[in-house]
Amino acid sequence: MEWLYIIAAVLFVLGLKMLSSPDSARRGNVVSAVGMLLAMVATLLKGGISFTWIAAGIVIGSVIGALWAYRVKMTQMPEMVAIFNGFGGLASMLVGWAEYHMHRDAPTSTIVSIYLTVLIGGVTFTGSVLAFAKLAEIGVSGKPFMFRGQHIVNGLLLAGAVLFGVIFTLAPESSYAILILGVVLALVIGVFAVLPIGGADMPVVICLLNSYSGLAAAAAGFVLANNMLIVAGSLVGASGIILTEIMCKAMNRSLANVLFSGFGAAAGTLSRARAKGEAKSISPHDAYFALEAARSIVFVPGYGMAVAQAQHVVKELADHLEANSTEVKYAIHPVAGRMPGHMNVLLAEADVPYDQLVEMNAINPLMPTIDVALVIGANDVVNPAAREDKSSPIYGMPIINVDHAHTVFVLKRSMASGFAGIENPLFFKDNATMIFGDAKKTLQEIVSEFKAA
Amino acid sequence: MISVLVFIFIISAFLGFELISKVPSQLHTPLMSGSNAISGITIVGAIVAAGVAHGEFATALGFLAVIFAMINVVGGYLVTDRMLAMFRHKKKK
Repeated sequence: MEWLYIIAAVLFVLGLKMLSSPDSARRGNVVSAVGMLLAMVATLLKGGISFTWIAAGIVIGSVIGALWAYRVKMTQMPEMVAIFNGFGGLASMLVGWAEYHMHRDAPTSTIVSIYLTVLIGGVTFTGSVLAFAKLAEIGVSGKPFMFRGQHIVNGLLLAGAVLFGVIFTLAPESSYAILILGVVLALVIGVFAVLPIGGADMPVVICLLNSYSGLAAAAAGFVLANNMLIVAGSLVGASGIILTEIMCKAMNRSLANVLFSGFGAAAGTLSRARAKGEAKSISPHDAYFALEAARSIVFVPGYGMAVAQAQHVVKELADHLEANSTEVKYAIHPVAGRMPGHMNVLLAEADVPYDQLVEMNAINPLMPTIDVALVIGANDVVNPAAREDKSSPIYGMPIINVDHAHTVFVLKRSMASGFAGIENPLFFKDNATMIFGDAKKTLQEIVSEFKAA
Repeated sequence: MISVLVFIFIISAFLGFELISKVPSQLHTPLMSGSNAISGITIVGAIVAAGVAHGEFATALGFLAVIFAMINVVGGYLVTDRMLAMFRHKKKK
């Protein structure tokens, strides 16, 4: 059966490798799934296992998972990935716990692994559930939550986790209560870790929790001395860490800053006074004439497009523009939306060809040649303060330079500042014009103008 | 034994870094949901815990672990497939 595990591990690696191109990615996912199936079959064939509960669990889990996967809206992907990370962490935590329950006399290295599995798994679980709730705005707001002495509380929690770990390792056979305390502590730490993190920073958190869910599985691999679990778990761990790093870089912030600063909780009051001049605004009807005359247009989508579910009408507008022989592109900022690649998935759902999606670094040099940049529900990722205003909290963050286009239209509900509460000088630039209202409705009105023409 | 496990962990982490850094940013969401499904590999441990008769409590823990790992595995792979299908038939140009 060890041979099946080796094949499974190879299939995971191959599957991830095939994800490096959109053409092979779907097959890669199937390859990876076959690896998972083999791994499960290999385990079931090991012998000495009664199937009743396993079969029941597999059926229940599969049904829930399948229903969820088919029903979820593409705009809800961040929530779904968040909660699934949590389930992975929870499963690993339970595996670690069960293993301890069965083998309290295990060697020290196994005991340490059990504790780590339970700890990482528990943190992943509650952290992910809270991230899910924040993203879906179920019961909690998406705003960062800070309180006095937060860092001290977190420090104490961590110290407690280490202390319990030491006691547990030194006397595992008499430390069942300590393990339970460790479980509780891990669950509390997960909540406290995600509390101070706001919605716009969620891409980082989801990546990090993704990494943790892999590390928890790898730790469970150490518990069971199972190579394949370690291989698969560490692949996921590495993946999550790389994505975390990419997201942090795209915001020009350190991981520590994202995790501990409560970014966006205090900002906003400082820079408010500095906003100069008055923003111009026009109606969708007037915007139509500008779009109709434009030779090249770049859409810059952000989280607002997801909230308004506007991706389909964006595509509809793009079709009209192309029929009008306007060149259409989409500029994608790495942290636009609530998870890495969020905008790409939404636009793919709306049937936008992926060769029209251009990354930030590729679109910026072209910006001066673009007639109209149409910003849809994006704010901080197009904020020129990141380039110009050294006192801005987002100074240094790479942005899409929409202000370099001839004309910028910003679709926005109101003048309220973006998530991070930072004033956006883009709105007051000479070449920028606001189109107030719900993004989807505004776009629909413009589309109907095209239809009438 | 433990040194072998650590060795495997480190080597596969490096392999993971190499593989993932080649994934283009447009595929990052499917990458996350797909790797998420892979982290459901803990199902292997869950099966063992739920299957070897070692008292009702251990079985119960294992049973729950199987359910959650399985949601992760099935949901993760299916939703990734759903997404990648949308990316794929974009060849009309």
